[in-house]
Amino acid sequence: MDFAFSDEQELLRASAKDYLADRFPAARIVELADSDAGWDSNTWKELADLGWLDPELGALEHAVLAEESGYTLLPAPWWSTIGLCGALLDSELRDGVAAGERRVSLAWAETDGPSSISGAANDSATSAEHGTITGTKVQVPDLGLATDVIVVANDGLYAVDVAANPETVIMRSTIDRTRRLGELVLSGTPARKLDAGLDALATARRNALALLACESVGVAQRALDEAASYTKERQQFGRIIGTYQGVSHRVSNTFVALQLARSMAYWAAWAVSAGSDDAEAAVSGAKVSAGEGAVFACEQSIQAHGGIGFTWEHILHRYYKRAQWNNGFEGSGRQHRAAIADKILA
Amino acid sequence: MDFRDTADEAEFRGTLRRWLETTLGPDWVSRPTFGGGFNEAESKAWSKQLYDAGYVGLTWPKEYGGGGAPHTYQGIFLEESARIGAPAHVGGIGLGMAGPTIIAWGTDEQKKRYLAPLLSGEEVWCQGFSEPGSGSDMGAAKTRAVLDGDEWVVNGQKVWSSWAHIADWCILVVRTDPDAEKHRGLSYLLVDMHSPGVEVRPLKQITGDPEFNEIFFTDVRVPRESMLGQPGEGWNVAMTTLLHERGTLGFSLTAGLEQSLNQIIKLAKQPGPDGQIAADDPVVRDQIAQLWVDLQALRFTNYRSLTALQKTGVPGPEGSVAKLHWSETNQRLTSLAQQLNGLAHQLDAEGGVWDGYWAYQQLRSRGNTIEAGTSEILRNIIAERVVGLPKSR
Ligand SMILES: Cc1cc2nc3c(=O)[nH]c(=O)nc-3n(C[C@H](O)[C@H](O)[C@H](O)COP(=O)(O)OP(=O)(O)OC[C@H]3O[C@@H](n4cnc5c(N)ncnc54)[C@H](O)[C@@H]3O)c2cc1C
Repeated sequence: MDFAFSDEQELLRASAKDYLADRFPAARIVELADSDAGWDSNTWKELADLGWLDPELGALEHAVLAEESGYTLLPAPWWSTIGLCGALLDSELRDGVAAGERRVSLAWAETDGPSSISGAANDSATSAEHGTITGTKVQVPDLGLATDVIVVANDGLYAVDVAANPETVIMRSTIDRTRRLGELVLSGTPARKLDAGLDALATARRNALALLACESVGVAQRALDEAASYTKERQQFGRIIGTYQGVSHRVSNTFVALQLARSMAYWAAWAVSAGSDDAEAAVSGAKVSAGEGAVFACEQSIQAHGGIGFTWEHILHRYYKRAQWNNGFEGSGRQHRAAIADKILA
Repeated sequence: MDFRDTADEAEFRGTLRRWLETTLGPDWVSRPTFGGGFNEAESKAWSKQLYDAGYVGLTWPKEYGGGGAPHTYQGIFLEESARIGAPAHVGGIGLGMAGPTIIAWGTDEQKKRYLAPLLSGEEVWCQGFSEPGSGSDMGAAKTRAVLDGDEWVVNGQKVWSSWAHIADWCILVVRTDPDAEKHRGLSYLLVDMHSPGVEVRPLKQITGDPEFNEIFFTDVRVPRESMLGQPGEGWNVAMTTLLHERGTLGFSLTAGLEQSLNQIIKLAKQPGPDGQIAADDPVVRDQIAQLWVDLQALRFTNYRSLTALQKTGVPGPEGSVAKLHWSETNQRLTSLAQQLNGLAHQLDAEGGVWDGYWAYQQLRSRGNTIEAGTSEILRNIIAERVVGLPKSR
């Protein structure tokens, strides 16, 4: 048994930390989040140069990058492209991504149809014929930043070049402005059928959940760090507030939740990378622990900050909204506990 | 990173599992429930069998009679023992606390004298830290030790001392310098519980079992060389004990929790007092699944902390996380059982649910957030020593 990342993986982490700290200090995140575009399009090329888009990277390398990008709130469609779509790309898309030219998202949900990836093909009203596709998809992550979208239709997966068909994209206003959602309106839009079939969606979902759990760990770590640094400095009633146990025990509880979430997220990432029999359960456990843990961490941190923690100006709400995004993706904790119960109470 | 056993670990696990199954026998393996309280004779006999088979002190250095194995082996040992519900070793305090502290602080003579009989289970240890006036605030201990010739003369009282009634030795925190600043006036003695002047009075716990005791010391003479560390170093020596208590303990506690989870699953699947199967209730399913998540998270948190332990030999203060979360999870688990059992939970012997197993487990679990550092103290430790907030006192 070995529960540590390798030296190479730790090196990757160190270089990711350096890059993110250098290019995305909090003020820059705020500026990008509040901009129309929502990101700096040069970022993609930089990520390609740093090797983040390298098809050779495994799930554990992705885990490290996801955690660090969560800590910074990296505004880029990295998780959508690699985490959500990585297992579905054909060679054309894969090469385009590796070169830093293509960015991909997945469109599965429909207003009166499926809401989760696992059941996305059932009841889907999206259908393809003669190289075109028709249907409306909602809640497509990072849609405004993607060049291509993989669309789940009733008979398979199709790639749509949204960069060439910009009229198909409608962006919606979202509370997390660093990972926005859009609507994809397809009517006879050119589409290419992918080699990966509908059954590949289960793998895509697992990968996406495992990486998102790691990202949530980064979010929770940041919320804890913010709480720790603030409660070490701020004084009220002539004392540092971190000396009040009503405050410090919130911080301890956050630390505990973070450690547990981290253990579960790493387990899920490993189980996915090793194709372990436990992968499905590990991913659900990580979803519960890290998904809910990150929301909890942000809420504790906001409370420990008092009024300043409730302002738009403070960085915390950006993390809180991401934590909620991640918690809401592909089933709540309750749903994942139900899946676990099906397994252990069978 | 690889969460699977290596080839060597898998072999060790396989051999151990077979040994446990044959040694405990088919009657044990198939018995319907696990006993509640502690059975001294059973535990002592089992300790001897474990020792003879080389399973005690697996990770201790070879020179002190240990197995010299990496810490993962101890984790495997605990998991497999819990899986089959093996009895506990009689020397839990010796193996988990006194032994590692003696290894860290003892002279060669002390290591030679104490470690071998501790491993074999011939000598049982207890811990004399808490006093009536000082529990969480251990640094305020008042039990006095005064040097008289070549002997320390001890007077005072300890309390809540688990297993003192069967113990041969005690790790004792005493005040040797009443004038020094509070923590600096403490020292750490290894005291023979059979010495004249030592009186043990059992105290009944809320389970009804007398598992812990008061110990009265009246002019007890302790050889000068029975001190661990120097006079005035008692606080630091005791910290080593407490780090081991909370850190290494995390493993055995988590292994025990896995056993309890299996039990609650069994309970939920049988008809309850209303004839309904609790495992069909979505609320119960949600609670049990959350317990499963908590258990897995504890397991892997423990294993991750081994990396630090393997490097330094002393568990880090993060060990408090495992103890804290384990205790509160165990309380949630056992109170779920209480809810499932309704009024029948009251019956604590024959005629009760599993002959009172759950009544015992639930009551015992309330001690978990008090013993080995209360949850409040552990939260202080995490805030101050792990996250680095300023001290609250
Ligand atoms: C089952 C069991 C077995 C035990 N075995 C042993 C043993 O073998 N050897 C041994 O020496 N001791 C043993 N103990 C004693 C145990 O370590 C103490 O009970 C514990 O440290 C608390 O001390 P106390 O009982 O004096 O309570 P107190 O310290 O008086 O605490 C009372 C309450 O005040 C809270 N409190 C105290 N200080 C603070 C603070 N600074 N901040 C916030 N809250 C605070 C506590 O958390 C608790 O809720 C055992 C206890 C139990 C229950």
